Amino acid sequence: MKRLINQRPGRVLGAVLALLPFALVVLAYMAASAARLADNPGDKLLPSLMSMAEALVRLATEPSRRTGEILLWADTAASLARLLTGVAISMALALIVGTATGLIPYLRRSLSPFLAALAMIPPLSILPILFITFGVGELSKVVLIIFGILPFMMRDLQQRVEEIPGEQFVKAQTLGGSTWQILLRVAIPQTLPRLFDATRLALGAAWLFLIAAEAIAAEQGLGYRIFLVRRYLDMQTILPYVAWITLLAFSLDWLLRRVNHWLFPWYVTGRAK
Amino acid sequence: MSIIEAKNLWKEYGRDVVLEDVHLRVAAGDFVTVVGASGCGKSTFLRMLLGEETPTRGTLLLDGAAMPEEPGPDRGVVFQKYSVFPHLTALGNVLLAEELEQANITARLLGRPRREAMARAQAMLERVGLADAADKYPSQLSGGMQQRLAIAQALMKNPRILLLDEPFGALDPGIRKDMHALILELWERLDITIFMVTHDLKEGFDLGTRLLVFDKTRVDPHAPNAYGATITYDIPLQQGLRSDDRLPAAVRAGLSSTPDEESA
Ligand SMILES: Nc1ncnc2c1ncn2[C@@H]1O[C@H](COP(=O)(O)OP(=O)(O)O)[C@@H](O)[C@H]1O
Ligand SMILES: [Mg+2]
Repeated sequence: MKRLINQRPGRVLGAVLALLPFALVVLAYMAASAARLADNPGDKLLPSLMSMAEALVRLATEPSRRTGEILLWADTAASLARLLTGVAISMALALIVGTATGLIPYLRRSLSPFLAALAMIPPLSILPILFITFGVGELSKVVLIIFGILPFMMRDLQQRVEEIPGEQFVKAQTLGGSTWQILLRVAIPQTLPRLFDATRLALGAAWLFLIAAEAIAAEQGLGYRIFLVRRYLDMQTILPYVAWITLLAFSLDWLLRRVNHWLFPWYVTGRAK
Repeated sequence: MSIIEAKNLWKEYGRDVVLEDVHLRVAAGDFVTVVGASGCGKSTFLRMLLGEETPTRGTLLLDGAAMPEEPGPDRGVVFQKYSVFPHLTALGNVLLAEELEQANITARLLGRPRREAMARAQAMLERVGLADAADKYPSQLSGGMQQRLAIAQALMKNPRILLLDEPFGALDPGIRKDMHALILELWERLDITIFMVTHDLKEGFDLGTRLLVFDKTRVDPHAPNAYGATITYDIPLQQGLRSDDRLPAAVRAGLSSTPDEESA
């Protein structure tokens, strides 16, 4: 018998093994829910899968009586707009600042300690400041996301630039490249795939800050909704929303991973070697 | 006039002396091979010729004027590895030289200038035997092909001096033979001055018109870095007349460093 570390599941068994924990959780939930509902049909804590599905269909198809909007889609659009704006701005700034500080010693010397200090501030602790400064509208939420993920992303990209072998920068200079040209043609193109990797890592934190900001002050949004209905113990809404947020997060992660395969074939083949 | 002249050249890192009292005059068109024990300062010397490092004492002249303090297009370079850009295809790597020269702001060419530059880049790839690999990324090329590409890229700027730091050290012996033929052919045709560091003494004798041996003339056993290396042998060579019996056996033994030891 081969050692455990040398045994690998085949395709089918692998898929079964991957699905197993999900199935177990669902089964455990169904059993617990059925037991509670048998005790007390009015129980709100663990609604049945059927009633959650009904609630989800209602949320996704019926206009709200108060605003006339379909809640799930309105919330999703509001949250995604905030999240994607914050993440996109962070990506652009991280790429520019990270590669520049990685490449230019004067900039690195003057900005690195400052950025490191900035990264130490717990982002949620400045949320009140953001609300006071930018109001409770969209801007403060986007700024919170940026503040939460940008320092990490900038430092990550700066390190990536520093990891590029020095030989390449010497070579570029012997080809007549100026600082600007080397930034444009050597530093940035080689950090771009890392930017998408760094964004994937930052996405979890971005969701955290989005939901936190929405929970505290918003008129719509996925985080706003689940904290609103919490008052009525409305698990029928909360659980499907959480599943939906998870699905969105998973899709974004998958998309970013694919981007590297589509845009940077050299990165993927180079790493495989 | 000499293209390179070093007078009483020293290089120290803090209290460590790497090179001391190096004197050298090299005429344009020479093929200078450089050998020496691992860690004795051969790469450091090459980096000073490149402008990447500056001497701590003495003078280093390029065409009679002070050596610029940073690398420039008149001195091309090929390292043992990392010489080519992994994110560009073979053609893109060679084309980059033209793009950097012609497009100051965008560093990219479009339209007719691009087509013309691509034709020149393709011709250069053909010259080093990479015509069929133009669309491949470096990670898809063998080690020998990557070094061919690095040479092609370095030659695009028509440098007057080509600096090679153990360029074939990681290649198989058969491939190395092909590379020797290539570099000799380019050297004869292009009328450039070559400095090539190698840990293979035979390679040094076979290729060069002049062989330099770097070694320490004094050693303090309690402080190994107290004294630096200098040029202990400077042997004019005739190509084709390959015999290394002009070097004492003791010196030869000290030089036969294997690539594995060559980590510095
Ligand atoms: N940037 C540096 N700082 C300190 N010491 C260095 C530096 N670069 C090289 N050295 C030292 O100089 C010596 C010569 O190195 P090098 O020129 O690379 O040797 P080699 O002859 O093997 O090419 C080594 O002992 C190395 O540790
Ligand atoms: Mg070396």
